[in-house]
Amino acid sequence: MNTAEIKAAIMDQFPGSVLESEDLGESQVELKADQWFEIATFIKENPNLSFDQLECITGIDLGEEASLQTRYNFHSMEHRHKIEILISHDRKEPKVASIEKIWRIGDWFERETYDMFGIVYEGHSDLRRILCPDDWEGWPLRKDYEGQELYHGIVIPKMKEEDGWE
Amino acid sequence: MTVDTLINWFATMGDFPILAFILAVVISGIPLFLVMALNAMIAVYVERKVSAFMMDRVGPMGQGPGLHAGKWGLLQTAADAIKLLVKEDTVPESSDKFLFKMAPYIIFIGAFLGLAAVPFSSSLQVADFNVGVFYIIAVGSIGIIGIVMAGWASNNKWSLYGAMRSAAQIISYEIPAGLSIIVPIMMAGTLNLQELIIFQSGTIWGILPNWIIFNNPFSFIAFFTFFISAVAETNRTPFDIPEAESELVAGWMTEYSGFRWAVFFLSEYANMLVVSGLAVAGFLGGWQSPIPGLFNTGLWGLFWFMGKLGFLIFVMMWFRWTFPRLRVDQLMHVCWKVLIPITMFNIFGVGIWKLIFG
Amino acid sequence: MILNIGPQHPSTHGVLRLEVMTDGEIVSQIRPHLGYLHRCFEKHSENVTYEQVIPFTDRCDYLASMNSNFGYVVAMEELMEIKIPERVEYIRVIMGELNRIASHLLALGVYGLDIGAFTPFLYMLRDRERILDMFEYTCGARLLYNYMWVGGVSHDLPKDFETICTDFLDYFEPQIKEYNNLLSFNKIFVERTADVGVIPADVAVSYGVSGPNLRASGVKWDVRKDEPYSIYEKFDFDVPTGTGEFGTLGDCYDRYWVRMLEIEESVKILRQALKEVPSGDVHQALPKKIRPPKGSVYRRTESPRGDLGYYIISDGTPVPSRVKMRSPAFTALSCLDEVSRGWMISDVIAILGSLDIVLGEIDR
Repeated sequence: MNTAEIKAAIMDQFPGSVLESEDLGESQVELKADQWFEIATFIKENPNLSFDQLECITGIDLGEEASLQTRYNFHSMEHRHKIEILISHDRKEPKVASIEKIWRIGDWFERETYDMFGIVYEGHSDLRRILCPDDWEGWPLRKDYEGQELYHGIVIPKMKEEDGWE
Repeated sequence: MTVDTLINWFATMGDFPILAFILAVVISGIPLFLVMALNAMIAVYVERKVSAFMMDRVGPMGQGPGLHAGKWGLLQTAADAIKLLVKEDTVPESSDKFLFKMAPYIIFIGAFLGLAAVPFSSSLQVADFNVGVFYIIAVGSIGIIGIVMAGWASNNKWSLYGAMRSAAQIISYEIPAGLSIIVPIMMAGTLNLQELIIFQSGTIWGILPNWIIFNNPFSFIAFFTFFISAVAETNRTPFDIPEAESELVAGWMTEYSGFRWAVFFLSEYANMLVVSGLAVAGFLGGWQSPIPGLFNTGLWGLFWFMGKLGFLIFVMMWFRWTFPRLRVDQLMHVCWKVLIPITMFNIFGVGIWKLIFG
Repeated sequence: MILNIGPQHPSTHGVLRLEVMTDGEIVSQIRPHLGYLHRCFEKHSENVTYEQVIPFTDRCDYLASMNSNFGYVVAMEELMEIKIPERVEYIRVIMGELNRIASHLLALGVYGLDIGAFTPFLYMLRDRERILDMFEYTCGARLLYNYMWVGGVSHDLPKDFETICTDFLDYFEPQIKEYNNLLSFNKIFVERTADVGVIPADVAVSYGVSGPNLRASGVKWDVRKDEPYSIYEKFDFDVPTGTGEFGTLGDCYDRYWVRMLEIEESVKILRQALKEVPSGDVHQALPKKIRPPKGSVYRRTESPRGDLGYYIISDGTPVPSRVKMRSPAFTALSCLDEVSRGWMISDVIAILGSLDIVLGEIDR
């Protein structure tokens, strides 16, 4: 199936969940966050869609004023089609349902995105930092991230625009 | 040259039995220790070179006079020994210090005692027991106490794992080893190593030397079961699970370094010497020449014995650089379900053979 | 008992810490702790220009840097819609496949080392060395090449590269037989790996396991075939899958064996590619300034470890707004816990080795 058909299938099942937007790419579909878990279950279980592979989860910060976004790339081993799903989050309180239980790799991908952006995946069984140390402060990949001065007494060097490393 | 002859010789000098005893033990003990050290040095060098050639490398090489490691890397082991001796002696803070320090010596004593009964030639043997075979098997088990001590005292999980595996392995493999060595004992009717070797003189069918390995099909099998168990008892690949490098870091030796570790190393190679010595004496005719009747006297005996010994040690090295490592349960499987039934059958077979042809 | 395997341990293939819950020798749970090699690849990428990202990709999967470069430039070219000269494509495929062989050789050799066989490791490194020599001859670097650029490659092939490479392949092909005799069909090796750590196909797909690990579970999925990029459509090669040769489908042996077969397939591709390299200028399509249009792209390629995906978002400036790397080793490691439960400590090492992880790529 192509993107339009997949989109139509989701719209049929969950009316009002798909957001229309001008600047979406070829295979992208933007969804509202509220019914995400149900939609995810649907696209995995539905025999016409059967997205059995969660290819990638990418967290994105659209800018200091704008919102955060999670992008999911799905692929179906059976039908060999793919889709990319975008879900935007409020910057103050970013949260979305976890799909860890549907695709097992969601566990680590969500942990990674949480680690980097602070997006909370509700229902995740073990939402800890994965790459950064457990007691790291802040969300490193956000555009407004300010690094720590000290970490357990270690001075963290800062990069300046002009004169390189301090 | 045995301890007994020395004691008797001293006794002729005067009536100081204790002094004579101590002198005799020291005089025969020092060369034994030298043999052990020399063996380790040569064996390490040989192992390096053998492994290197098997792996398509050149191994330790000196680049010329005045540079390190000497010609062909001959001084490599000496350099290694010096490095180990001058290394800082570390004892982990949380270890049981007394046991930690004791363990290497116990392992060393086990190997050392075993070496005392190895018949290097018809006259060159430190202690000529009438129960030599039994003695070697028995003192061989002392080492395991040291290993368990080392593993426990290190207070390290890897060491503990290594020690437990080692205990299970060595105790299990004693059984097939013991049962296999019974075959030559049954045939020769003696536990004395020298008598065992003398039993193997002469020829069989006029061509082959009358070694126990060629004597009958059961003893032929018994040699292989014994050798496999011997490899397992010395903790060498493919049975090196107690110190499995990729799993247990270094097993029970993890916390050891410097001199203590060198002692372990020394004992490991001495153990190889002892078990190979027993195999040679029990199955391969000891110091008897492979060409019956020729070159059989004096120092030739030492030459043949060391030659056979060297060959078996080379085979052990060959194993090590060819085979992967077994898993714990597979190791036990090989021992209990394969080797022990075979050796039991062997004993039975040899009994029947002796009844019919002997 | 809780056992800490790593961060310093001979067979964690880098700096990985596994918190292993054991009952005697039996493993009941594993918690991997990552991040010891985290070098902020994605954060760095947001602060450098597009072409400056390429050296960072080298350092992610340091055993298959060519393929890391390859994935990134393919994604970039898709984003910028650049047409690449034919010669460049061929050179890229040749380099990618050579690096795949090198990477698989290391993976297999180290796997032997994990199981306890030392010698095959050195045999394989000996042959890998010749591949690295070829890379050195071409681009000056042996490990971190920075060879593939957006729109081209950094250096053209040396004049006699074709002969050197053909010589190598002629020498190399019989070597595979030697490896098989020494390691693959060794009874102890088979005993240690067959039936151990079985990953069923559905579990593998659910965990996002990809590449040789996924194919070992019987799923015929190869990005080179199924989502062809570059010029892989032109070549005739098979996608080997696991067959449960000595045990169950998807066991450690299958993962080992699929890699061995893939080496042969790579040799096949190389022979075809070497024959028909067209002439041309490799620098002709290099853009003066890389300033992709606004938009995003997700493109995956087949690295030796599996689906290597790059998610690149451009906001129209010369600096990427976001570069995300979807690392195949990351997904492979995530299934370790489930696969290893109930096996022994030695098997955990065997399973970990068979997944062929590279910590540089997992931690990025």
